[in-house]
Parts: sequence; C-alpha cells; structure tokens
Amino acid sequence: MTAAMTDNAPATPAAGPTAEAGPSRAARATSRLGTTALGLTGIAGFLLLWEVVPRIGLVSADYLPPASQVLVALAERLTLPRLWVALLDTVIGWGLGLLIATVAAVVLGFAVGSLPLLRRLTASTVEFLRPIPSVALIPLAVLLYATDIRSTLLLVVYAAFWQIYIQVLYGVADVDPVAEQTARSFGLGRLARIRHVVWPSALPYVLTGFRLGAAVALILAITAQLIIGSPGLGKEIAVAQSSGAVAAVYALVILTGALGVIVNIGVRALERRLLHWHTSVRGENVA
Amino acid sequence: MSAPEVTSARRAPALRLLTAAALRLWYLLALPAALILLWWWAGAVSGMYYLSSPDVIAATFAEVWFGERFLVDALPSVARLLGGFALAAVLGVALGVGLGLSPRLRALTEPVLEFLRAIPPPVLVPLLMLLAGVSTGMKLLVIVSGCIWPILLNTIEGVRAVDPVLADTCRCYGIGRRRRLTTLILRSASPQIMAGLRQALSIAIILMVISEMFASSSGLGFTIVQFQRSFAIPEMWTGIVLLGLIGFLLSVLFQLVEKRVLAWYNGVRAATRGE
Repeated sequence: MTAAMTDNAPATPAAGPTAEAGPSRAARATSRLGTTALGLTGIAGFLLLWEVVPRIGLVSADYLPPASQVLVALAERLTLPRLWVALLDTVIGWGLGLLIATVAAVVLGFAVGSLPLLRRLTASTVEFLRPIPSVALIPLAVLLYATDIRSTLLLVVYAAFWQIYIQVLYGVADVDPVAEQTARSFGLGRLARIRHVVWPSALPYVLTGFRLGAAVALILAITAQLIIGSPGLGKEIAVAQSSGAVAAVYALVILTGALGVIVNIGVRALERRLLHWHTSVRGENVA
Repeated sequence: MSAPEVTSARRAPALRLLTAAALRLWYLLALPAALILLWWWAGAVSGMYYLSSPDVIAATFAEVWFGERFLVDALPSVARLLGGFALAAVLGVALGVGLGLSPRLRALTEPVLEFLRAIPPPVLVPLLMLLAGVSTGMKLLVIVSGCIWPILLNTIEGVRAVDPVLADTCRCYGIGRRRRLTTLILRSASPQIMAGLRQALSIAIILMVISEMFASSSGLGFTIVQFQRSFAIPEMWTGIVLLGLIGFLLSVLFQLVEKRVLAWYNGVRAATRGE
C-alpha cells in the first residue's frame, strides 16, 4: 500500500525549473540563457541529423524523408481544412472524455474515500479493474459504437478514470487528522468539512491524477482513431500510411507530438495556478 | 491494542482469527460476486447480443485459450511485451544516468526529449511499420520506443535529485566511480526509476496489443480483433478477459518486485513519519 502511495503521489512532482539557490539574479539569468541556447542547439542538431541521415543514404528516404520535406508536408497540410477538422475531432474526443472521467472520478473518489466501509468493499474490485489495459475494450467499442466518437470516448474515459480515481482516494486519505479534528471542534458540518478541509488537501492529488489522466487520454484518443477509425488525427495517420504518403505520416506524428506538448504545458500551468498556495509550487524544499 | 481486546484474544484466538479471516474474505469477494451476478442477470434479462453471460465466457475461455492458441498467440505476445519492456528499461536507465549526471548534455537534449516523449506512442506503430516492416523486430521496436520515455525522464530526475551531501561524502571517502554508481546514484534514484517503470509497463501492454491489431497475422491483439470481426462474441470476450488478466498479473508482479527493491525507501519514509 505504501509503495503504491509513494510512487503515485508526489514522486513525479511538477518538474519545472526548481529554484536553485544561485549567486545572483544576473548570473542566474545568464545560466538560463545558456540553457536555452544549448536547448536550441539540441533541436537544431536533431533536425540536422534527421536531414543528413536520409540524404547520405544511411536510411532510405522512402522510409525516412529528410526533415525539410516533412516540415514542408506539415506546412502544406496545415493549410487544408481537413486537417483542422481532424485536429478538432481529436481535441473534442480528448477533452470530453477527460471531463467525464474527471467528474466521475472526483465524485466517486470523494464518496468512496470518505466512507471506510465502501472503500474496503470496493478495494479488490478496483485493484482488479484498474490494470486492465483499456485497449482490451477496443473490440467491444467497435461492436457497440462502430466508428462513432463514442468509441473514442469509451476508451478515453476508461483509461483516464482510474488514473484520477486512485489519486483522489490517496488525496482523501491524506487529510491531516489535526485539521480534520479542528474543523470538527469548530462545529463544521460534513459538507463544510469536505469543502474547507478535504478538498484543499486532496486538490494536489486530484491535479496529479488529472495530469496523468490528460496524457493517457490523449494516447487513447489517438489510439482509438488509429485502430478503430473514428474521426481524428489518428485516422488521418492511418489513411496517410496506407496510401503511402510517408512524409505526411511523419508530419502528422509531429503534429500529435506538438499536441502532446501543449497538453503537458497547459496542465502544468493549470496545476501551478490552482496550487499557488501549495509548497510544491511555492518553491520550498519538498523531499 | 487495549487490555480487554488482549484478554478476549487470549480466550478464543482461533475464533477471533476465523472471524477476521471471514470478514476479510467478505470484503474481498462481496462486490465482485455481486457484479458478476448483476452481469449474469443483465445478460439474461436484456437478451443483448453483445453481452455474453459469465458462464458462457468461462466455458469458452477454457476452450479457446487452453490449447495451441496459447502457445501460438498468447505466449509470443507476452514474450515480446516483456522483452521490449526489459530492453527499454536497460536503455532508459543507462541513458538516464548519463544525462542526469551531465547538466550540459541535459540542457542540450531536454527540449528534444520532451517533444519525443509527448508524442502519443501508438502513432509510432504506422511509422515504424514503414521503417522496419511487419516483423517481430518492429513490434519490439514499437514497445521500446514507446515505453522508454517515462523510464528515461524519471531516471534523469532521480539522478539529478541525489542528495549533494551524500555525493560529497562519497567523493571525500574516495569511493570509486563504479561503487558510486551502484551504491549511491542508482540507489537514490530507484524510487523515481520504479515510478517510471510502472508507467512504462502499462504503456508496453497498450503497445503490444496495438502493434498486433494494426498489422499482424498472429498474437493476442490480432486474435481478438479477428474474433470481433467474425462476430464470435463469447470468444471476443475471452480475449478481453485474458488481456485483463495479463494486465492484472503483471501489475501484481511489479508490485512485488517494487516492494522488494524499495524496501529501504519505504522503511525510511515510515521512520520519518514516526510510524
């Protein structure tokens, strides 16, 4: 139990630039500038390598088009409305699925987490259902909903739900008993205690779950489109691949990567905003 | 434990143990049993074509998987899964230690790695199919290239967070590179590495199934899709159950390994919490 707790909860904190005690503001700024420069060099080097490897024939350009061609293909695709529709479909499938999973997980997690009897009764079922890979549900989704967006949603919700639910359970269990008893002494009712004591203590966990869930939801949204053929970027990739448009496949993969980066950055920003009062964000030392 | 409890325990230890065991069993099995009954009832009442009843699935399961198919489809899939996972673990930890120890190298590669990690791994299936064709190598490559990222990035974070006092102490006592690596760096990064491995394991299962569903003529994923396409509904359900069981077993196995590897860490944490 403890093993699971330690790893799921704070082991992967928002890995932003930790405030290191630098000598002076100016020195820190230059070192940050150096880091950025190195990072840009890294990107340039990666692109250069990608350009050179197919050009000198290490890998056939039929399978690995040079970076410039891929970027041109990406730019071309970005002018087509078809791509934007696919992108929108993906974002909707992801967002809607994540929303449903989050609401369900938070409501159920708070209910089950605050009632020990329910928690004990459901533990074995949760431990069994949670590790079931949601791709196992693909055939079921196909039979039930065919290529409808609902088959995307089924996979996304199932995958994201467990990530968030488990974190909510840990969060509700992690409430400081002194704070809880203090609230009781002050005569706060059950709902007020949930609102003022349990919710803020559980919020970091909820957001950790949300961050993990957001990444998993994107993976499953794209998977559903790729395998089942529900509309979205994944389907575009499958179509491009089967029609032999190799550069387009790479271009779309880069696009999904960009989407992933945006999701990561967005969720981190949300975390920092909602948890501005929490030690992990205030920049104090968290072990 | 309070005094009256102790005396009652002395009076009838067997009875107490029995009640405790019965209660645990009740908590363990009550809800699953209820759910299976509910499934049964729903299947019987609604008469839904897609909802095979649990007894049919159980009977079909034995028929479908206890035989040749287990050796031809299930076992190679699991072997690929474990092989890919192991390869990704070795590569991820080795690269992660290297990058974690060198701030310059880290700054150089960080943006690229962050981007590569953000790519949803399943899109690598069509990509690697282009590069490597449909082969065992491709499937392994898909698994490795998908699940290396959480391992790599967590290892980097773990190595970065090595206690500087301990690092300095090692240096003062003139402890060699190899000793330093095994006893200090890998040890103190192990909680993070295990967290990365756990994430990677669930990604590996997804990728194993997908690589077989997308393009293959054997394996678990292929077989399940085949059942679904031919509307062999109970058989399809047995496939889902088997995948679920594999996921469950791997996660239990991983927890056991983790408990062993991180025994020292959990002990330290419990001690600091004053338990």
